[in-house]
Amino acid sequence: MSNRVQGGVLDPRMLATSLPDALRKLDPRVMVKQPVMFVVEIGAVLATVLAIKDSGFFAWSIVVWLWLTVVFANLAEAVAEGRGKAQAETLRRAKTETVARRLSADGSEEEVPAATLQVGDLVVVEAGQVIPGDGDVIEGVASVDESAITGESAPVIRESGGDRSSVTGGTKVLSDRIVVKITTKAGESFIDRMIALVEGAARQKTPNEIALNILLASLTIVFLLATVTLQPFAIYAGAEQPIIVLVALLVCLIPTTIGALLSAIGIAGMDRLVQHNVLAMSGRAVEAAGDVNTLLLDKTGTITLGNRQASEFIPVSGVDDDALADAAQLSSIADETPEGRSIVVLAKTAYGLRERSQGELPSAHFVEFTAQTRMSGVDLDGGRQIRKGAAAAVLRWVRDHGDGVTNGPTAEVGEIVDAISGAGGTPLVVAEKPAEGPARALGVIHLKDVVKEGMRERFDEMRRMGIRTVMITGDNPLTARAIAEEAGVDDFLAEATPEDKMALIKKEQAGGRLVAMTGDGTNDAPALAQADVGVAMNTGTSAAKEAGNMVDLDSNPTKLIEIVEIGKQLLITRGSLTTFSIANDVAKYFAIIPAMFAGVYVGLDNLNIMRLSSPESAILSAVIFNALAIVALIPLALRGVQYKPSSASSMLSRNLGIYGLGGIIAPFIGIKIIDLVVSLLPGM
Amino acid sequence: MSDTTAGLLQTGLLIAALAAAYRPLGTWMAKTYTDEKHWSAERVLYRCIGVDPDADQRWPVYARSLLAFSAVSLLALYVLQRVQQHLPLSLDFPGVVPDQAFNTAASFVTNTNWQSYSGEVTMSHLTQMAGLAVQNFVSAAVGMAVAVALVRGFMRSKTDRIGNFWVDLVRGCVRILLPMSVVAAIVLVALGAIQNLSAGTDATTLTEGFQRITGGPIASQEAIKEIGTNGGGPYNANSAHPFENPNALSNMFEIFLLLVIPVAFTRTFGLMVGDKRQGYAILGAMTALWALMVTIVTWAEVSARGTAYEAAGAAMEGKETRFGEWASALFAVSTTGTSTGSVNSFHDSYTSLGGGALILNMGFGEVAPGGVGAGLYGMLVLAILTVFIAGLMVGRTPEYLGRKIQAREIKLVALNILTMPALVLTGTAVALGLNKAVAGEVPKDSILNPGPHGLSEVLYAFMSAANNNGSAFAGISVNTEFYNIGLGFAMLLGRFIPIILVLALAGSLARQTPVPATAGTLPTHKPLFVGMLVGVVLIVAGLTFFPVLALGPLAEGL
Repeated sequence: MSNRVQGGVLDPRMLATSLPDALRKLDPRVMVKQPVMFVVEIGAVLATVLAIKDSGFFAWSIVVWLWLTVVFANLAEAVAEGRGKAQAETLRRAKTETVARRLSADGSEEEVPAATLQVGDLVVVEAGQVIPGDGDVIEGVASVDESAITGESAPVIRESGGDRSSVTGGTKVLSDRIVVKITTKAGESFIDRMIALVEGAARQKTPNEIALNILLASLTIVFLLATVTLQPFAIYAGAEQPIIVLVALLVCLIPTTIGALLSAIGIAGMDRLVQHNVLAMSGRAVEAAGDVNTLLLDKTGTITLGNRQASEFIPVSGVDDDALADAAQLSSIADETPEGRSIVVLAKTAYGLRERSQGELPSAHFVEFTAQTRMSGVDLDGGRQIRKGAAAAVLRWVRDHGDGVTNGPTAEVGEIVDAISGAGGTPLVVAEKPAEGPARALGVIHLKDVVKEGMRERFDEMRRMGIRTVMITGDNPLTARAIAEEAGVDDFLAEATPEDKMALIKKEQAGGRLVAMTGDGTNDAPALAQADVGVAMNTGTSAAKEAGNMVDLDSNPTKLIEIVEIGKQLLITRGSLTTFSIANDVAKYFAIIPAMFAGVYVGLDNLNIMRLSSPESAILSAVIFNALAIVALIPLALRGVQYKPSSASSMLSRNLGIYGLGGIIAPFIGIKIIDLVVSLLPGM
Repeated sequence: MSDTTAGLLQTGLLIAALAAAYRPLGTWMAKTYTDEKHWSAERVLYRCIGVDPDADQRWPVYARSLLAFSAVSLLALYVLQRVQQHLPLSLDFPGVVPDQAFNTAASFVTNTNWQSYSGEVTMSHLTQMAGLAVQNFVSAAVGMAVAVALVRGFMRSKTDRIGNFWVDLVRGCVRILLPMSVVAAIVLVALGAIQNLSAGTDATTLTEGFQRITGGPIASQEAIKEIGTNGGGPYNANSAHPFENPNALSNMFEIFLLLVIPVAFTRTFGLMVGDKRQGYAILGAMTALWALMVTIVTWAEVSARGTAYEAAGAAMEGKETRFGEWASALFAVSTTGTSTGSVNSFHDSYTSLGGGALILNMGFGEVAPGGVGAGLYGMLVLAILTVFIAGLMVGRTPEYLGRKIQAREIKLVALNILTMPALVLTGTAVALGLNKAVAGEVPKDSILNPGPHGLSEVLYAFMSAANNNGSAFAGISVNTEFYNIGLGFAMLLGRFIPIILVLALAGSLARQTPVPATAGTLPTHKPLFVGMLVGVVLIVAGLTFFPVLALGPLAEGL
């Protein structure tokens, strides 16, 4: 993660470095895209013209602060974009001009610039070379350094066939030789899209952002009306107002705080995803993530650790625990599978058996597991044989090596085996044949899927947020149910085929629910495309990455949960700052209206509850507060408001308390403090 | 019994009566608008109009039917006034002059019932009964139809049909307004309101002057005037006139009538969307606003201090001694909160803060509890706005009753909320800002009380017109071409722009696939949401009208 810009905090230096960009954005052709701030800019221009004609300290102070309001808004956006630009630079460096070794149909190689590669071309890449374009490995296996994209320095294995065949242009082969079939045109590659994304060039307004913009524009119109019509009323009252004061009132009333920060919030939201090593292909997908009702999670790797692990040894009657543990351990010494290792670990942790290595038993003969025998074991020095494996296979071995009279306690073994299977576990039977005498079954090892730590709590959290979790597994329903119960998911889909998955997604969507899922295989692609939020693993196939609307560079399926939270946080930040912005207006009215009219209607001075020192100072203080609020909230806009998974009700009351009530109170205090300072200025 | 005790008892009685009517009336109205069967009398009407009552309409068709119906009504009412002298029961009144006839036609077709005339000396019995009274029914039924169409938007999914305007119109009249009016008219007669077709009784006044006291079918007009939240009284003095509103009991009954449908409509809404709690929430917000304004106005009137008030014993200028301050304030808030506009006291004579509160009460957009139908759809629009802001704050695309509130919906809502303030503020600004004469009169010169009170008067007039309230602040001569035509357009635009937008909203909601509610969904039936809705109503209206209120009532009262 060394080469990534850290999210969340605002480096004060960025304010300075982003200033030129902020000034460049004053171009009206750029400003017009943000209606609220555009109105402020027009107001600032108007105020400047008026101040030139009739200059005075008050008028020029207002002009300066109106321009600062616009600059601060642009600064917010520029800072948010600036962070993306830094990342884009890093990525561009990875995308240096490469020469591709293209394979011709006759098998000969020719060197061509990477930019000229066509979809379907075959290229050879060897150790030390940079992969010239996105594609699938069709021949060979190699370790690849993908740190340019993922920031992760440990190399990953890419091999032909299967779900680990995709490679990304700009990454570097560290060992071996592979042949890659190019799947993306130059210029549209993953790294190109990533650059466009973090730079914000491809940023389009999301549905909720559009809706919010409409609301802000209409609020602006309402306040424009209220301000414009105020002049005839003022004239009627015999207190005609200088235009510059009306402009100040207008700028204070229209929702500048949220208007200024809206696009920064959006950019920062995408940026936060990038900090989590997730690339969203559209902002729409990020928003959809906040709306997700159903999460489809693959069991293996997401809910459970990838492999089954030994959880207990169950001896048959007449055999003591330690004897079974000892036999189980001996039979697994040479077993390098995760299951085998877990048996050795269990024997050590639960039964205190010292770990033994193969070297301690030089004359022992280890029996490898094969698909035919379906068991493994060891033949010890002195004739003792131990076997462990699938129940049917081991029991047959016991029968074959028995004396024909005592077949061992098969009935009891059967019961234990059935009990373990019924609980969703996998039974491994352990048997021995002593040097003398017939073989017998010693007991059963209970292998089970181990649910990752903390999953139950996360699913409880999800439930509180109103999200239903569904576990997808190829296991039989019995096994699936047991794991589902242990992990605390709401539902499961057992013996799932890609078609089942698709059907489930469509069923959920028909009920109006939004579905999120992760996937990596080519057969996941249709479901990834169908899901509202489809997160493809970076290790997955190009088809999967193409189909999903997000790619997780860490290939961590649990990330889906964080993506949902980031999506929600984005919306909450917008909503909270909108509320804050509107709530601010109450205090501004109490500052400006008495300032404008207390001269003609003395009674209105009762509304000057902040007891501001003079009308000019009151108006200027309100304008300054309005501008400073933008700067003060830039860090919050970039970081996002604090988000804790909880029910909608408690979240609403919390945010309404902080940003609604706080939004009403804060400006009363802020404007008063600014007034105390402003009133000291000479000329006020 | 002290005034306070009597006032509180009256308010308590009113609330109890509304609570008793809530369930049966709300259920009956829900049944009316969801019934699959047609009554035979209704079938006859459908055949006369030539519509197929079983064919549901898309929203543009629904809107076109509504606009066509209203346009024909507008024209018919205009013509009827212009030629009334040639028709029976003319009372020898001349035809109404064009600008006033337009104003009156617009006023009654939009359920406003703004009256720039004195009924007893301008309108013939025929105009009153065949013109104005008919509009009292149908314009009310139109408002209810729009509300029901919007509710259908929440009920239905994946359809472009929002009901049949003609069926909603006919049923609203036949099954709800007519039966209620008959019963209410009989009760009013029993309470002492008059009901005849007398051309008038001649009387000699104490000063030997001559006076003709016009009679008429008053009780029946009074019933629908309140039930349909119309407010146009046959007498200029409106519900302050003893023939319309003879005593304290009839006064309470009239307040009950003007509140009962808007209140019970929230139950209709809850029943139709299949979640009664949603109806309670909307009712809760309406009640909170109403109670707040009743408190403010009553406080302003009762606590008024000044030489005039002390000489009279109380702030009784413009109030009837048979009602007193409490019942007058209760009536005033209820009538301004329901877009009724009938008055039992003169709002112009309220204390400046009390009068300002009445203006603000209309400025909420007539949602506390609002006119028949109009109150419900107005509040639902504000609820959608609230949901939008609140929904973002809980981290989801905002949704209300399972419908997503996105760009299209928020655009319709925003335009809707913009319309009324735009009409009020520009109307008032033009009236006060024009220094040139319009048709011989400078609009400003109509003001009888200069200073901030004059501003309040003009503001009140445009507020009343754009919100289709119809009550007058008085103290301003509005029977000029400028006001007749200006207010006429304010009424038409203030009525039909929101209606079209609401019907479009209904269409857009009905098309959606509802999103199922989960723990992550913002609950819209809990006190927190109700509180936020009330807050949004207060803030939207407050922020829009604070400057102008500061220069009118606040400047005068602080």
